[in-house]
Amino acid sequence: MPNERDPRVTRVGSLKANENDLRVIGVPRRRVDARAKVTGQTRFADDIFLPRMAFCKLLRSPHPHARIRRIDTSRAVAHPGVYLVLTGKDVPIQYGILPVSQDEQALCVDHVRHVGDPVAAVIAREELTAFEALDLIDVDYEILTTISNPEEALATSAPRIHEYGEEGNIHKLVALEFGNVEEGFAEADEIFEDTFFFQGNTHLPIEQHASVAIKDPDGKLTIWSSTQTPHYLHRALAKVLEMPAAHIRVIATPNGGGFGGKSDPFNHEIVVAKAALMLDRPVKICLTREEVFYCHRGRHPILMKFKTGVKKDGAITGMHLQTLIDGGAYGSYGVASTFYAGALQTTTYHVPRYRYQGCRTFTNKPPCGPKRGHGTPQPRFGQEVQLDKIAERLKIDPANLRLHIVESPNAVTANFFRLGTVNLSECIRRVVEVSGWKDKFRKLPEGRGVGLACSAYLTGAGLPIYWNKMPHSGVQLKFDRCGGVSIFCGATEIGQGSDDVLAGIVAQVLGIDPFDIRLFTGDTDLGPVDLGSYSSRVTLMAGNAALQAAERGKAIIAEGVAEKLEVPKERLSFADKRVFDSVAPEKGVSFEEAVCIAEARFGTIGTVGSYTPPKSPALYKGGGVGPSPTYSYSAAVVEVEVNPVTGWVTVPRIWIAHDIGCALNPTLARGQVEGSVYMGLGEALMEEQEFRRLPKKLSHALVHKFPSILEYKSPTSLDMPEVITELIEEPDPQGPFGAKEVGQGPLLPIMPAVANAVYDAVGVRIDEIPITPEKIMKALAEKKAGREPRFGPSHFPRINWPEALRVPPPWEGGDGNAVNDVPRRTRRVSKKEKVLTS
Amino acid sequence: MMRLPLFEFRAPRTLEEAARILDAERANAMPLAGGTDLLPNMKRRQQVPRMLMSLRHIEILNRVALHDSGSRLGACVTLSEIAADRRFRNGLTALAQAASLVATPQIRNMATLGGNICLDTRCNYYDQSYEWRKSINFCLKKDGTTCWVAPSSRKCVAVSSTDTGPALMALGARVRLVSRSGEREVLLSDLYNNDGIDFIKRRPDEILAEVSLDNLHGWKSTYWKLRRRGSFDFPVLSVAAAVSLSGNNTVEDARIVVGSAACRPLAAMEAAKSLLGRPLNQQAIEEAAALAARIAKPLDNTDFDMTWRKRVTAEFVTYALRELRGDDVRAERESFTRCAFE
Repeated sequence: MPNERDPRVTRVGSLKANENDLRVIGVPRRRVDARAKVTGQTRFADDIFLPRMAFCKLLRSPHPHARIRRIDTSRAVAHPGVYLVLTGKDVPIQYGILPVSQDEQALCVDHVRHVGDPVAAVIAREELTAFEALDLIDVDYEILTTISNPEEALATSAPRIHEYGEEGNIHKLVALEFGNVEEGFAEADEIFEDTFFFQGNTHLPIEQHASVAIKDPDGKLTIWSSTQTPHYLHRALAKVLEMPAAHIRVIATPNGGGFGGKSDPFNHEIVVAKAALMLDRPVKICLTREEVFYCHRGRHPILMKFKTGVKKDGAITGMHLQTLIDGGAYGSYGVASTFYAGALQTTTYHVPRYRYQGCRTFTNKPPCGPKRGHGTPQPRFGQEVQLDKIAERLKIDPANLRLHIVESPNAVTANFFRLGTVNLSECIRRVVEVSGWKDKFRKLPEGRGVGLACSAYLTGAGLPIYWNKMPHSGVQLKFDRCGGVSIFCGATEIGQGSDDVLAGIVAQVLGIDPFDIRLFTGDTDLGPVDLGSYSSRVTLMAGNAALQAAERGKAIIAEGVAEKLEVPKERLSFADKRVFDSVAPEKGVSFEEAVCIAEARFGTIGTVGSYTPPKSPALYKGGGVGPSPTYSYSAAVVEVEVNPVTGWVTVPRIWIAHDIGCALNPTLARGQVEGSVYMGLGEALMEEQEFRRLPKKLSHALVHKFPSILEYKSPTSLDMPEVITELIEEPDPQGPFGAKEVGQGPLLPIMPAVANAVYDAVGVRIDEIPITPEKIMKALAEKKAGREPRFGPSHFPRINWPEALRVPPPWEGGDGNAVNDVPRRTRRVSKKEKVLTS
Repeated sequence: MMRLPLFEFRAPRTLEEAARILDAERANAMPLAGGTDLLPNMKRRQQVPRMLMSLRHIEILNRVALHDSGSRLGACVTLSEIAADRRFRNGLTALAQAASLVATPQIRNMATLGGNICLDTRCNYYDQSYEWRKSINFCLKKDGTTCWVAPSSRKCVAVSSTDTGPALMALGARVRLVSRSGEREVLLSDLYNNDGIDFIKRRPDEILAEVSLDNLHGWKSTYWKLRRRGSFDFPVLSVAAAVSLSGNNTVEDARIVVGSAACRPLAAMEAAKSLLGRPLNQQAIEEAAALAARIAKPLDNTDFDMTWRKRVTAEFVTYALRELRGDDVRAERESFTRCAFE
């Protein structure tokens, strides 16, 4: 295998190991699952066909908000070809991804909360029969008031969409203050107040969710499902089906894209599991695209107000962020999203004092949740656009302004997040250089412009979703006599390349080829728990677990070989599928022989590894959301062309630099960066999860405007600009071989960089995502009329915020606890599961 | 996934046989050409014909005859064939451009000229699944009583979304309709009707068999399409223009058609008339653009804001006329369509 470095990788530090030894890590490689994917042989959930399999369709609510008075399924049950009809009474137990939001039912029992909420299921011999039988189910609804947006939710205390939450239709209120922000504003030379709106959007994975469940011959349950979180699905199934978890096996099939949209346990998964158990037949469901829009869990629409005080040189003296969040009809990850929306502002630039107030409301729309960047792209957009405005007012180049205020490596932020390596400055310098920023910014002709923005993201959530002290990821390795190695791990391949990361790390340590490795992943029966493919956690957490398991295996093999070759084991090298004396390389054995020697000496060889993140210093209530072993950083420059008459925008080029720690497989890393740019550009320019409220006098309807992949606009390959990706490497001590995340962070700077570029091109501020030609044209008209050249929200509504938890930042002697709350350490932890976010 | 309803399938080999089948079945049967629009519509239960009658095996419908005296195109010629055929240039450029901008390469390989001409009108309240339409209590165009785009309207306002229709109208195309009782040839502009439901005056027993075009020697034509992305999307506004210029560059004849701004492609008669006898200078172009924009009345039932779509109409007429007088507007075309047209 050629050991060639990637030319567009900038090395800041050097790797721990001798670079010459890195035959796999850092070398651009074909991913281990590439062959199956490009030849169409990957078996996705919908590709599974089993003998006697029945098909399931869900009857969904046509009303945005209603009580179910009565359901009559008799006509559907009598329909030829129908095997079973289920209603809410058959699966009434509530579940939900967060322990504090157990507010979903697989089939609604008496209350539907959005168009698309499932109320009954038909299982039939043919999918068409099941579809036809849906029309034979009679549901008697009592219509309730439609609540279509957060303002309506704030104004409508009854009816309540849920019986829990803060009050009325407010799901969650958060108020945190780190240092005295008013003092910060008093110290400022300039204060900036800006409101922004970030429209909701959805994940749009190409694979629609699908599941197949079967009752095993021994009475246990197996379900194959396109899920990012088999472990959490496993727990939800055990709860709702009232079965021992040990009798349930969840197999996460390779996901045809997830992006956060397959991270919740879903009603359709529970329904097919229940039906398979009742019918003793395999039962399958594959959602339509429209139904995927109803699963949603996508980006929350957020109205934001940023108040930021700065010194003349740009140094931030204080920041106050308020958010009003449209949660949709269920909790989902929403409590975490509400905290995330206020969490990462402090991780890029030094913010000495910070106040966050967040409010999530319920509305009669499909539930929002985690989409790539989870809760952080919206405030990142506001923060980075506001910084652009600050730079202009202070007459400082926006790149220089940021370089001046970048937070230091290993800092503990005002809100007590411990950072690791921070190469944001290097990212900024690289994109400034390769984009020719200095020759372009404010210098291009009218209609063309460049914009810059930065971001940070977690490399794995520091805390699990349910309270426990066990590892977040585990890996088992099996070594066999033919020199093969099998990896068993709960980590789920969702297209991001987690299988390849595991294989690459193990192959590197053992000196073998990744293609010699067999992977058994995403299966709750076969592998140890990994919490799931979310929060950019797999490379670091499963990677570290794999590294530990591989090192342990290597030690056993080295012991045996050292004895056999009569060489000190410290002198042995593992490379090129051989184990040899590094002083006299000709003296050695093949890896296959090495395994046999060790097996003869020690018996069957298997090792395990696991990973638990370090403890976070954020001890205050809510401090569970945001801590991470380390953070990735990105900086992007976007170039735009804007038609000064119509506002039509095109993006010819994007430069992006990402602080990745170490690119384990640069080919994959680049793919993740480009994929993030693509998704970010879609959000920036066109994607909208938009709803139609029909005229109130005529109808109560509130429907998704276009639940189709044709009319929900996402860029095509023809709309993609040229992307120049720079990887910045300084190995982070927390990551395997120093690796940090790359799956989500590079998305974040794109939206604000587009907005800043539009301003550079035509001098109008679009303080709202997406940035469409209509909005630009309206702002251009404002400019022409001599008014504020801007399009965006004009006000932030009044909200009755609770008293903030006051947490003195580290530099004011804070210990991570709030001074006006019971400190966590002394708080009694109940024996029942506790969510960390409340 | 979404399943097709059950239907009977016929595949006649001659036009006569096809005409007999349609005559017997009337509204129960629908002709199937490429199926790229009809079949997805059937999955959404927008159309549920008892019978589909394929036209693809009728050899005569696949013929292309381009002669100096004029051209005849079979209704089943695919959009890919038209887009790839370099004989469709000069006078016929607009048609080739329109065909090349429909949907995606895969769809153009199946989709036909006749199918695109007869394309069902589109609306955000109508191009939805059965379940979705149920949740708004359906709409005027299908199963309901209210037009949700304009609740006081007694007429359906679904949008004509054909690309080739406006282009062919600008080229003065005629279509031949064949039925068991005989055949007729009509101007394409007379085939369309400004009503979202009765948008086309093809009787259920008629087959649109052929498109014919006069000799377009001395004409130049162009087609501009507005859509969000460089592929997939139906037009939400389009402008087709054709001019015949005299030796000293004055306009001898002109046709301008605005597509996707009503239930049918709209001939911008006054705009075209205003150009006659004048050179294509800035003033003439501006006046024609303003006149053409006046007839465009987009509504809130497609992608993009309706007032913005109206504003773009004038811009597109300007680009089209500038292109026809010889200006280099390739950068503008590429910016809007993300596609170069050679």
